[in-house]
Amino acid sequence: MTMVRLVFYLMGFIALASAVFVAATKNVVRSVFMFFVTLMALAGLYVLALADFIAITQIVIYVGGILVLILFAFMLSGKENLAVLEQQNSRFISISKLPALLLAVLFFVVILNILFKTDINNLLWIKKSITLKNAVTPGDEMTNNIGINLMSRYLLPFEAISILLMMALVGAAHLSRKEKSS
Amino acid sequence: MISLMDFLMVGAGLFCTGMYVILTKRNAIQVLIGIELMLNGAILNLVAFGKYDRFNNGGQMFALFAIVLAAATTAVALAIILNVYKKYKTIDPGKVDGLKD
Repeated sequence: MTMVRLVFYLMGFIALASAVFVAATKNVVRSVFMFFVTLMALAGLYVLALADFIAITQIVIYVGGILVLILFAFMLSGKENLAVLEQQNSRFISISKLPALLLAVLFFVVILNILFKTDINNLLWIKKSITLKNAVTPGDEMTNNIGINLMSRYLLPFEAISILLMMALVGAAHLSRKEKSS
Repeated sequence: MISLMDFLMVGAGLFCTGMYVILTKRNAIQVLIGIELMLNGAILNLVAFGKYDRFNNGGQMFALFAIVLAAATTAVALAIILNVYKKYKTIDPGKVDGLKD
């Protein structure tokens, strides 16, 4: 039990620390690679939440797809955005960033306030699901269940999302085509 | 076991960090990374609640859908960013201030 908690705190710390590094650093390439670390730590957190299939999907789609796409776009967009970065203020907290920092911190306080007020760990439906043995326990195989549910209960959202994905692909290909010189 | 509250606190932290990144960065790609951070905080919440739904898998299923949607969003957003760079020679969102004509 304590081992699980230790791994959880390690993963949570890595995720939050690398996210803060993404926010703090000036170097774009470095922030993209630290974002990679955040995504990996989040996959570890999903495993600890007993959602192993989601963790694998996270690694395959986010790390394999999105991150490579971002790096690709960054390399294609050339030197100019590096020049923009040079002008930026080097300090993490400066006067121009104070409102943003204030907003983020206040938002965090509001969310934590809501979490503590609702007393998340003692919600009624969660207690009910534990007594009805509806909670996932370590050792359950969830992937079979996910596949069956995907083809029966969640078929409509699945189809909707596949159409949306196709539309997005066509749109992205249309946007990034070469203009005919007229 | 790890309680639900721990997961939700990590998710809240990620969400607020992503919001700070969106508000302060002057580079469209970094703003996109901030959006991805916020999305990941939300997905973590879905997964954490999905632990208490073993038969219907509501949380995990919609976490999957959110991940796929994030991939689609990123592809379109990066295509737009490349077009903006071609036209304005900068990807600072503050300097892109014109419509097509």
